[in-house]
Amino acid sequence: MEHAKSLIQVEHVKKQFGTTLALDDINLSIEKGEVVFIIGPSGSGKSTLLRCLNLLEVPTEGNILVDDANITDKKVDINLHRQKMGMVFQHFNLFPHMTVLNNLTLAPTKLQGVSKEQAEKQALALLDRVGLKDRANAYPNQLSGGQKQRIAIVRSLCMKPDVMLFDEPTSALDPEMVGEVLEVMRELANDNMTMVVVTHEMGFAREVASRVIFMDQGKIVEENTPDKIFNEPQSDRLKLFLSKVL
Amino acid sequence: MVTLLASGMPKFINNFCKSFQQNFIAKDRYQYLLDGVIITLKITFFAVLLGIIIGFIVGMIRSTYDNTGKLKIGNWFCKVYLTVIRGTPVVVQLLIIYYGIFASVKVDPVLVAILAFGINSGAYVAEIIRSGIMSVDQGQFEAGRSLGFNYIQTMRYIIMPQAVKNVLPALGNEFIVLLKETSVAGYISLQDLTKGGDIIRSQTYATFMPLLAVAAVYLILVMIFSHFVQKLERRLNNGAR
Repeated sequence: MEHAKSLIQVEHVKKQFGTTLALDDINLSIEKGEVVFIIGPSGSGKSTLLRCLNLLEVPTEGNILVDDANITDKKVDINLHRQKMGMVFQHFNLFPHMTVLNNLTLAPTKLQGVSKEQAEKQALALLDRVGLKDRANAYPNQLSGGQKQRIAIVRSLCMKPDVMLFDEPTSALDPEMVGEVLEVMRELANDNMTMVVVTHEMGFAREVASRVIFMDQGKIVEENTPDKIFNEPQSDRLKLFLSKVL
Repeated sequence: MVTLLASGMPKFINNFCKSFQQNFIAKDRYQYLLDGVIITLKITFFAVLLGIIIGFIVGMIRSTYDNTGKLKIGNWFCKVYLTVIRGTPVVVQLLIIYYGIFASVKVDPVLVAILAFGINSGAYVAEIIRSGIMSVDQGQFEAGRSLGFNYIQTMRYIIMPQAVKNVLPALGNEFIVLLKETSVAGYISLQDLTKGGDIIRSQTYATFMPLLAVAAVYLILVMIFSHFVQKLERRLNNGAR
């Protein structure tokens, strides 16, 4: 394509749910190392866009290129691409029938042929980084929401992804647990991880984002640096949105 | 022996002992029950195995269709199977297979019973498995897929372990039902536990004692089985959930 070096390239993507158009001609490119935040009112299509990036939602029209491979093409093995795209969910989705350690080592051992010892070593090192090494043998139901989400992030990191997708990672958390999760995400951003984040945490977006995308009614309305988005919003829709959330 | 037992005991105990002696000890009649239990257990064990295999396959096909819309034809066949099996009595199915399908071929009636009860149980197991798969949160599926697992791997490592755990009480119940349903095996001239009691009854003309014994043996079998299911449940619940 023209910009061959973009990590993710979204071209004219539409997504239709029944009669509603959730995504309406989205064009977007994400470069390596970028931290892109997607904000907007609920129902604006921001989660749908994020879920299209790893094909959890299949676009009705348009192309999505990851590393120059068109993942919307049926011939492309999406499972291989998903291994390189970590995803963190609003409701954590840890596997409740496994210990934390098994949650973390399942995918690397089964999918990447990593030995059990090597996978455990890596998992424990990452757990240590998020301050949860002592919970390695606990089951998910024994953890707080903040701990669960930090472990969900580590689970994705264990696959050594090129990009991390976050779908409202703090929306299901008690307020006092939001900070610990944002701290982990901040560290990731500082380590130059490519990140796409859907969130309602405007303060965090302003601080960490390299670019902010504002969506409404399935369209990208405005796209700019966080400074410009929050301090000099152009469109009336964004001004109205910010006046409500800030 | 009877006179020895009877001395100094109330009359009904005396009668009981006499009846017991006559129905089970005399002419080694207990052998009918023993042989019957072995047949009953044999049929139940292999029918459970067959039921689980059929149930898993049908349940997977049905929920794959529910989830993804694939396997449309397979799903159609499964639905026909479920409708027919669940819509007709197991005795009738047993008789159809024995006198209808295997009419001209000489087969071991035990094998026919295993087939009939296995095919029957499979239908119920399938729906139990399907409900178990549906009971697992959709987010689990998405989490598995987003890590790069394909559909089958996600089912195997993430969905099925949780689904089976969720439906273990229902599965245990289905197997208890199956064990008791095999009591109609006598219809195809099999000497299972119930039939064994029948034979004793026809020889001694006692009604109460042989039936009571048969009931007691079923009860004991079910209790032993329930105990193991409960143990398994506790083990699977260990820590999780």
